[in-house]
Amino acid sequence: MSVDKEAVGRIAHLARLGVEETEHDNYARNLSAILSFVEQLDSVDTSGVAPMAHPLDASQRLRPDEVTETDRREQFQAIAPRVEAGLYLVPKVIE
Amino acid sequence: MFQKTISELSAGLRSGEFSCEELTECFLARVERYDGQLNSLVTLTRDSALAAARAADQRFKTGEVTPLTGIPYLHKDIFCTEGVRTSCGSRMLDNFIAPYDATVTQKLKDAGAVMLGKTNMDEFAMGSSNETSFYGPVRNPWDRERVPGGSSGGSAAAVAARLAPLATGTDTGGSIRQPAALCGVTGIKPTYGRVSRYGMIAFASSLDQAGAFAASAADAARLLQAMAGYDPRDSTSIDRPLEDYSAALEEDLRGLKIGLPKEYFGAGLDTGVADAVAAAVQSLTHLGAEVKDISLPNAALSVPAYYVVAPAECSSNLSRMDGVRFGYRCDNPRDLEDLYVRSRGEGFGAEVKRRILIGTYALSAGYYDAYYLKAQQVRRLIRDDFVRAFSEVDVILSPTAPAPAFRLGEKADDPVTMYLSDIYTIAVNLAGLPGMSVPAGFVGNLPVGMQLIGNYFDEGRLLNVAHRYQQVSDWHRQLPVGFEAV
Repeated sequence: MSVDKEAVGRIAHLARLGVEETEHDNYARNLSAILSFVEQLDSVDTSGVAPMAHPLDASQRLRPDEVTETDRREQFQAIAPRVEAGLYLVPKVIE
Repeated sequence: MFQKTISELSAGLRSGEFSCEELTECFLARVERYDGQLNSLVTLTRDSALAAARAADQRFKTGEVTPLTGIPYLHKDIFCTEGVRTSCGSRMLDNFIAPYDATVTQKLKDAGAVMLGKTNMDEFAMGSSNETSFYGPVRNPWDRERVPGGSSGGSAAAVAARLAPLATGTDTGGSIRQPAALCGVTGIKPTYGRVSRYGMIAFASSLDQAGAFAASAADAARLLQAMAGYDPRDSTSIDRPLEDYSAALEEDLRGLKIGLPKEYFGAGLDTGVADAVAAAVQSLTHLGAEVKDISLPNAALSVPAYYVVAPAECSSNLSRMDGVRFGYRCDNPRDLEDLYVRSRGEGFGAEVKRRILIGTYALSAGYYDAYYLKAQQVRRLIRDDFVRAFSEVDVILSPTAPAPAFRLGEKADDPVTMYLSDIYTIAVNLAGLPGMSVPAGFVGNLPVGMQLIGNYFDEGRLLNVAHRYQQVSDWHRQLPVGFEAV
């Protein structure tokens, strides 16, 4: 599978990831090399093999639905880029 | 003092031969004297280290001590440390002061261990050479023009130069074992789920596991003992009693069955590394171990499977870095989309971007079955190979890395070649097994590592084999030239 520079732009948009136009060619080359390397996986027949999500096939534990966290809003917001009145500020979303 | 074992250091503290504060000053002085050449630390926490050392000295007066009380260590900068910057080697988190401690951080604090600082690493643990760090590459103490390996390159280099007797690491595809091999130190990655991932910044959640670096297996056993254990705050932590690793060290090796997988000794393996590992195998047979040739037929598929699973999980985990709640934010965003795109574009380096792009592509509509599902199926085949092998042998032995440390910049422009430096370590993560790297000789002046792979929860056995080997070898006691002064 080969990826061209237009595809790099589309994937970067999906990931909301800024990639300079001038770097698109380079990323296209890297991504194509990685994907063609990964194509070795097609050499093995995996029909009937269950995908493995956890090495010990463990499942998620359940816990009682109880509040265990304390309110630490001020500490958490102290490390945010911009906050005001307890709210995280971002550029205007609704015109 | 800096060449003593943890057991000797602990005895010295207990008897009052030296204080925790003196011990801490000794290693702080080594960091200050030598780290300019290595760049193995991103943050030195001199004041809090001395405060922790004084508190440890108090503990010795009351007698409530653990095997790590007063012992200095360095902490990989992927573990959250309350009040201390946790950068993960990235511009994205260059300003991130963690508001809480990782479970591992907390456990080491409770044990009375003294954190000297945070170690350099590949950005978000993505790399095999420590060249992707925002803070610049770490240099290998055995040859400053060569890489220390990665991603835990700072921890490995620091222990090799004895800037600290112990260091933490994490291993997603070899990030403890490969740098341990390239720097000539002992490193262990336990079974997936053995050490809590809470507060350890996630890269690929189904593969990430924390572990220990030390000069010897006996020292590593003590650090791992303090790090490991069940944690309800990590949903994949395993609730199972913890073995006494130090007690396991002295077990006899007679009758131990060691498997040598033929796929790990084939084309692409440096002959000097092959010779060193063969000699180590000889030593183990002299100790009574039996050697058997085995096969892991799907081994060659581990690197390709990994480069689907790990980027896919990374693209999902790193979506939280969005410039809104913490971390880097771009200047003057035009709108919300621009805020996300530019904060991430400016905050992440090239390798992290490559992996986010690959992962996003592999998970995008229409490609999921061909990539992620297929890789997870192959992952089971790789795991089943190990399950079969462990019905015949107790431990699997191989080289840790196909060659000794490579030159800075040598593989930086070719991601696939770089990925292949983890060819012998990655399958262990896909299967979730414990693995370790043990110094096994040199090629020229560069260290060689031997990898030991155990069955699930067999960390004690790995440490035992490594310890027995270290009783009849002295590779692990070698010190690189230029770090001798106290």
